[in-house]
Amino acid sequence: MTATQERPGGEVDQDAAEIGKDRRRKEDQRLITGRTRWTDNITLPGMLHLAMVRSPFAHATITSIDVDAARSAPNVVGVFTGRDFGDELGVCINAWPITPEQKTPAHSPMPADRVAFAGEVVAVVVARSAAEARDAAELVDVEYEEQPAVVGIKKALEDSVLAHPDLGTNKSALWVFDSGEAGTGGDVDAAIEEARTNGILIEREYRQQRLIPAFMEPRSVVVDPTGEQITMWSATQIPHILRFALAATTGVPESKIRVVAPDVGGGFGGKLQTTPEEWIAWAVARRLAKPVKYTETRSESLMAAHHGRDQVQTLTLAADRDGRVTGLKVHLDADLGAYIAIVGGGVPVLGAFMFNAIYKFPSYRFECQTVLTNTTFTDAYRGAGRPEATYAVERLMDELAAEVGVDPLEIRERNWITHEEFPFTTVAGLEYDSGNYEAATARAKEVFGYDALRAEQRERRERGDRVQLGIGVSTFTEMCGLAPSRVLGSLDYGAGGWEHASVRMLATGTVEIVTGASAHGQGHETAFSQIVADRLGVPFEDVEVLHGDTQVAHKGLDTYGSRSLVVGGEALVRAVDKVVEKARHLAAHVLEANADDLDYAGGRFTVRGTDQGVAIQELATAAFAAHDYPEDMEPSLDADATFDPVNFNYPHGTHLCAMEVDTETGAVKMRKYTCCDDIGTIINPLIVAGQVHGGLVQGIAQALWEEAVHDESGTLVSGSFVDYLLPTAADTISFDVVHTDQPSICTTNSLGTKGVGEAGTIASTPAVVNAVVDAVRHLGVSDIQMPCTPERVWRAIHAGDGDASTASDAMPHFEAGALNQDPTAGEGAGL
Amino acid sequence: MTKIELTVDGAAVSDDVEPRMLLVQYLRETLGKTGTVIGCDTSNCGACTVHLDGTSVKSCNVLAVQANGRTVTTIEGLADTAQGGLHPVQESFRECHGLQCGFCTPGMIMQAVDLLAENPDPSEEEVRLGMEGNLCRCTGYHNIVKSVLHAAGQSAGGARA
Repeated sequence: MTATQERPGGEVDQDAAEIGKDRRRKEDQRLITGRTRWTDNITLPGMLHLAMVRSPFAHATITSIDVDAARSAPNVVGVFTGRDFGDELGVCINAWPITPEQKTPAHSPMPADRVAFAGEVVAVVVARSAAEARDAAELVDVEYEEQPAVVGIKKALEDSVLAHPDLGTNKSALWVFDSGEAGTGGDVDAAIEEARTNGILIEREYRQQRLIPAFMEPRSVVVDPTGEQITMWSATQIPHILRFALAATTGVPESKIRVVAPDVGGGFGGKLQTTPEEWIAWAVARRLAKPVKYTETRSESLMAAHHGRDQVQTLTLAADRDGRVTGLKVHLDADLGAYIAIVGGGVPVLGAFMFNAIYKFPSYRFECQTVLTNTTFTDAYRGAGRPEATYAVERLMDELAAEVGVDPLEIRERNWITHEEFPFTTVAGLEYDSGNYEAATARAKEVFGYDALRAEQRERRERGDRVQLGIGVSTFTEMCGLAPSRVLGSLDYGAGGWEHASVRMLATGTVEIVTGASAHGQGHETAFSQIVADRLGVPFEDVEVLHGDTQVAHKGLDTYGSRSLVVGGEALVRAVDKVVEKARHLAAHVLEANADDLDYAGGRFTVRGTDQGVAIQELATAAFAAHDYPEDMEPSLDADATFDPVNFNYPHGTHLCAMEVDTETGAVKMRKYTCCDDIGTIINPLIVAGQVHGGLVQGIAQALWEEAVHDESGTLVSGSFVDYLLPTAADTISFDVVHTDQPSICTTNSLGTKGVGEAGTIASTPAVVNAVVDAVRHLGVSDIQMPCTPERVWRAIHAGDGDASTASDAMPHFEAGALNQDPTAGEGAGL
Repeated sequence: MTKIELTVDGAAVSDDVEPRMLLVQYLRETLGKTGTVIGCDTSNCGACTVHLDGTSVKSCNVLAVQANGRTVTTIEGLADTAQGGLHPVQESFRECHGLQCGFCTPGMIMQAVDLLAENPDPSEEEVRLGMEGNLCRCTGYHNIVKSVLHAAGQSAGGARA
């Protein structure tokens, strides 16, 4: 494990270096003792409780709603439907229309006339207790006229059944990037034609099944309309964006809104949303002038909180006979579900820049067709667009290696950007600032024992063992640190990508820092304290990190896209530097010296060449007293900074996975997983390892277990944790997480850091599937659809007998009628 | 309404409850023991795990009336935390970074305490099987397993950071 990293700048006292220390987290004391503030823990005087009435139909018109019985139930205070609210209910927003022509269905938080997915809210019951609200919700009598529902991408593309008849089509938007047209590369069609006659052409269709983020804390919202401001507490990743959206859509001035994200129990993109339930709670609280609370059940969460992934990828990879790629053509069809959620349409577009990955592809074309269906809407889930792209390209590189007949790592080396070639402008138009794929690969191979495992694999094949060994490779990169605001503007995203920080020296010498990032498990309080401790020279324990409350952190863009450290951390550094410069001016005055003659280290200004000095804490007290300070300064040691990144950053890594496959049963078992991630400077290796571990398991789960399934009527079949297979401790193994000795430092922030929150998830899915396929490739298998259930693996092996067909006829692990599994067909597998 | 009398985190409590009230609702809503949380409605996730007469139970799977006359320990009563004390398992979770968002953590810790009471020297596999009824979405279980092994006072074996 890397201990202390070299940092650019180098003026900080190395003896005091906090950066690189595996500090135990400041957050943990309250979390391990139950002294927590989850939204559902909040109880206010006179608080009322909400229960939602949800449509059981995926597509229906609402004929009538009879609320009389519910209204007269014990302790019910009110029952409201979409007709009871006008404009005050607001609308759910799509902040990223990906093309000017995008077809966007109107999205009311509680529609009055028509529902478009099963789980949509049609009425809300308000009672004095949560139990009474739920009891009364059962008494709301809704009459529906069921309409035909469209489920699954291929069905949606036919346009024979429409998710929203008023739009006239299910096709929402077509977004295209072409390197020939953009001037970033050649003509991919020419490369494909050349490969067809003189090279290698790999054509595949891969499916990104629908996933559910499944954060452990169900979503919860409390709204308090008493007092001058309306306060909303929400289990959200995005309190600042939420506040903006409430102001923009409900007519309440932004200055009258306070949003608080207290302790938030995970998100993974799933709480990067402005939700119908938040808007309904807002409207009810305002109408009744009383505090209200709504906490969803897990069943509601799985059904109505947004889902992720759900794409069909049609891919053509062209290469010369040596396996040097000459072009990649990608057509995505992406299922947005019933509505276009806050960044739903943009998620696949984020992948557009990543299909070329770490490689020097000379030509590239990307098309994404988004479609609407009568299913739960989709949006960001850990990685958001980048895992899908990485899966496709890393699977293709393995197929290319098999075609050329070389080791999968060899084919990657023939195509990757070498470390001397950075900075490198890719065929997708991004400038990768730094990276060292050779070093990460060498280290991963060594720790994994690559050559020995390959030898064992050969022996097992030769012996014809029942249990075969496969080795999977994934050499990923990603773009993270969302995001340069000008780039977001060019993509028609509705906001910027900067981050804000404030640093305040308190009178007694401790420090408050405020960040616009909003942690929900990432450990900001610890990592940011380490940065400030080093940069400002104060004790780690003296730094208090405040966040997640718009009244405290007045400016921010919250936490997602591996941005908190690389964007928010840099804002913090800049604010600290401003405080140091203010303090320098005051120190010069106090010490009666020239500011240029002062050195600053370990929290102390000293007059060069003397033993005279003053500590920053003393200066803070002096500024507070304000009895004696320079006339040209204000008596305060605090500063704000807003940082807008000039580029994304590009962490990368080599992930190696060994899987054992029982060729008689199709059961798969992970034997070993090693990853070497290069994320530049590491602030806290303990936190980094934790982020990688958790990310790995989410990616592994996509490869092996998880799948959200709607049946042909649009009912979510995987609607509980009994059916949606979240991995347990017994399903997983311990991992080898290592780093290179000489990380490639990020050149676009002064800490040299790159994002790590999504890395494990992006990298691991193809590593696992590549390993499973590798274990049985000699049996004629070249693909297995995710999740690689025993049945799919077994069928792939048997389909492979005699012909080298893929496993595309393997069953989904739910019934065959499940139309959002559309590339598959055949008889049912049963639950 | 049914009257129940029980001991929760060392204190005698007595309340009239609806017969249908779950123990977890009683703890959270009646007693304000919000350290114990609810993560699902199918008894899969284990976030609500507490000890009933010293044995771990999912408190969403026990009626409050079933706890009548018995002793309940929650995450808030595991150690004298008001005085800064921590149970060794709590200490281990912090030491080994066995939590991130912390939502599953009370249940994880209560389950781990029970597991170690039954098997003070578990193997990694025994820890994994023993913690199978508690879901975590953040840690990938790597550091949870490490935390439990650390608490058991044995080396973490394959669980390297």
